[in-house]
Amino acid sequence: MGSREEQKTEQRTDFFGQAIATRDAYGEALVELGKRNEKVVVLDADLSGSTKTAKFAKAFSERFFNMGISEQDMMGTSGGLSLAGKIPFASTFAVFASGRAWDQIRQTICYSHLNVKIVASHAGITVGEDGASHQALEDVALMRALPGIVVIVPSDGFETKQVIDAVAEYEGPVYVRLGRAKVPSVMPEDYKFQIGKAHKFHIGRDVNIIADGIMVSAALQAKEMLSKKGIDAGVINMPVIKPLDNDILIEAAKASKFIVTAEEHSIIGGLGGAVSEFLSENHPVKIKKIGTKDTFGGSGKPDELLKLFGLTAEDIVRTILHKE
Amino acid sequence: MVTITQSQDIEFLKEQARIVRIEILKMLTQAGSGHTGGSLSAADIVTALYFYKMRHRPDDPKWQERDRFILSKGHAAPLLYTALALTGYFDKSLLSTLRKTGSPLQGHPSSKMLQGVEVSTGSLGQGLSIANGMALGLRLDKRCSRVYCLMGDGEIQEGQVWEAAMTASHYFLDNICAIVDFNEMQIDGRCSDVMKIDPLPEKWKAFGWHIFEIDGHNMQEIVDALDEAEKIKFKPSVIIARTIKGKGVSIFEGKVEYHGLAPTKEELEIALKELGADGK
Repeated sequence: MGSREEQKTEQRTDFFGQAIATRDAYGEALVELGKRNEKVVVLDADLSGSTKTAKFAKAFSERFFNMGISEQDMMGTSGGLSLAGKIPFASTFAVFASGRAWDQIRQTICYSHLNVKIVASHAGITVGEDGASHQALEDVALMRALPGIVVIVPSDGFETKQVIDAVAEYEGPVYVRLGRAKVPSVMPEDYKFQIGKAHKFHIGRDVNIIADGIMVSAALQAKEMLSKKGIDAGVINMPVIKPLDNDILIEAAKASKFIVTAEEHSIIGGLGGAVSEFLSENHPVKIKKIGTKDTFGGSGKPDELLKLFGLTAEDIVRTILHKE
Repeated sequence: MVTITQSQDIEFLKEQARIVRIEILKMLTQAGSGHTGGSLSAADIVTALYFYKMRHRPDDPKWQERDRFILSKGHAAPLLYTALALTGYFDKSLLSTLRKTGSPLQGHPSSKMLQGVEVSTGSLGQGLSIANGMALGLRLDKRCSRVYCLMGDGEIQEGQVWEAAMTASHYFLDNICAIVDFNEMQIDGRCSDVMKIDPLPEKWKAFGWHIFEIDGHNMQEIVDALDEAEKIKFKPSVIIARTIKGKGVSIFEGKVEYHGLAPTKEELEIALKELGADGK
């Protein structure tokens, strides 16, 4: 591997000056989208300051609907707006969007295949101090089980903005998972997001790490640490959990025969589950899943929680070293 | 829209409702399962909507200026299918495929499978939220279309209904007309025994709605309420229609067990005779 590429990667992952929470990127992207597309309407369930839809509300008050603390009604109303030809973006915390309103997403939105974009913030343990009741660790599993929905977990602000533009163009239900905490900018400047396409930073000979969300930057750090130990680790950002980029998974499995998945989500039913389902049937290789282990989250500082729940670059490195 | 005042027009609607009931019972018997009681209790209301009140084009189901109907009580699917078939959305012969494998006439309505169904329903309590969304969208586009949403009375035990009731009032959705099929029965028994829903008018009033209380089997009262509701401004309207479960056939009327039972062949014969359709 060329040292120039290594340096670039290091610079990107350490460049916290460009760090932005994906929810902040969402708030900015929505306003830009609202200017370009009159059909875009936004709904929130009394969390617009936190989900950052308040920016859209300020810019386009007539196209913003605060639904109060009623997520189920918000999903149904979004469905109705889509049937009237609008492109509704419905936002609240991931735990409420995916859990409280799951039946509305199933029965009203997915069964009728309505053009609703559910953009949920505050996913995962990096919610921090609010604790387990507010930390969605099973939302990807809940959403992924629904027929016809697209599930996206962007890795940084740059990618989030592209995701928001892409889902507005796509016809059908979409779930986008965003975080509260700032994340370093990891995606290259010439990156172009596409639904169903993953991004390979590097395909490794010894192991390939398939990551989404905030775990992409951790995976890139792990790759550098492993490189110093002479291990060639690949990193793939898999922002779309459904539909998966199957081609890249086959390529990675063929290259290394050992796959590690990394996500800020339960190891049950999320990215790790999806990758395992696909590879076990199509190109069986050893897979290790990094994520939360059949447990609820807890209160604390996001960085401390990531250590407590085993979601750091060091944890990825340890998992890979112990396999061998 | 011309107001119906002449008695022959009311007679026309009554006759259509009779035919609707006959078709419902035939299709349910052929299916061998389905919801008889609640399809019959709302038959007069839905007949008035499809044959009189709603602006719609069966040959152009997605016509943008149409009024919308949401069957929130999705288990009354046979009633919706009959109204759609008899107004020309699809051939009447399709009715005999109700609940059969591969049929677009699913046990509960599926908008992906059948033209004229605005949205899939079946999980109770969700229709009014959808109606609100449609109403908000129509208002943004300055369209004068109205949205009708039919709910069961047992259905309003679902909390989401009251979230939606708040929303319609908060956003002054006067282009919405909700209708509660108040037959006072649900699958496990009388509503008052299973979970008290009274007092209905006071509840809706407290949520900011304009109330109409009518006899849901009196065609003149139905038509008048639908016409009057259109004149109410800055607040949503709800028609609380007192009905009888299984209305129109003596052996089904007021019988809670026919909530989810289809007629047997013998029962169908009795029913058709009572509805003046024997031999057909």
